[in-house]
Amino acid sequence: MRLQLVLPALLAALSLPAHADRLPVPANPLYIEECGACHLAYPPQLLDAHSWLHVMNGLPKHFGTDASLDDARRTAIADFLGANAGSRKTGVTADAKGQPLLRIRDTAYFQRKHREVASAVWTRASIKSPANCAACHVKAAAGDYSERSVTIPK
Amino acid sequence: MRHRSLLAALLIAATGAIAETPRDFLTRFEKEAGATASIERGARFFTARHGGEWSCASCHTDKPTQAGHHARTDKPITALAPAANAERFTDAAKVDKWFRRNCNDTLNRVCTAQEKSDVIAWLLSLK
Repeated sequence: MRLQLVLPALLAALSLPAHADRLPVPANPLYIEECGACHLAYPPQLLDAHSWLHVMNGLPKHFGTDASLDDARRTAIADFLGANAGSRKTGVTADAKGQPLLRIRDTAYFQRKHREVASAVWTRASIKSPANCAACHVKAAAGDYSERSVTIPK
Repeated sequence: MRHRSLLAALLIAATGAIAETPRDFLTRFEKEAGATASIERGARFFTARHGGEWSCASCHTDKPTQAGHHARTDKPITALAPAANAERFTDAAKVDKWFRRNCNDTLNRVCTAQEKSDVIAWLLSLK
């Protein structure tokens, strides 16, 4: 009786990690076209709505590059990101002072998931920076961030 | 007949769906500059740095008939030269958007009409 109860729970727990590493980007051609032009169209789930609002309000100075958009497009993408932002996994993406984090790499969720990656790995010519998800997560564009689909290039 | 072409013109005007060619942009910027474009000047402009960290070639390579990579994120960028990529310089909104952003990133200012016409002239000369 007891085993019968424990076994399904154990199996469910084992199957969790693979499930948890799926971060599909909801279909949105405008988001893919505009944001995906320079980098992977990051899963909106990885920042909370407050963080995305700040990112979208700062596009003319977007991490050292001008990513400015016309107002109609900027508003449409901001709405999309706000509606699909955050998740139970990522929680609130703010720093200790409550300021919204703007880089996915600075969030607690990202840091925890990548704690085994040495700092020298990030700067390899084949990877360049933590912004380049697809360098290692070869199926990132399809929302698959499972460990099985990770290949760290030399 | 006359009626039909008028209707077509109205439709095009209403949707804004006027397909442009790279030559149209060359003509437009030459007219704005009031001067003829120079292929040689365009080549020099494209590959030189202008006080900033990047040149055009940092992302588009110095042979823009081939694909490039974003200097920071490494995301592949399709070829910029029209001979290698028929989609380039066919949409005014895109042309204006990317000149605005990329001139700001490489020169910290907007490009002049002459700089834009020179670059397009050079890109059109590449086969």
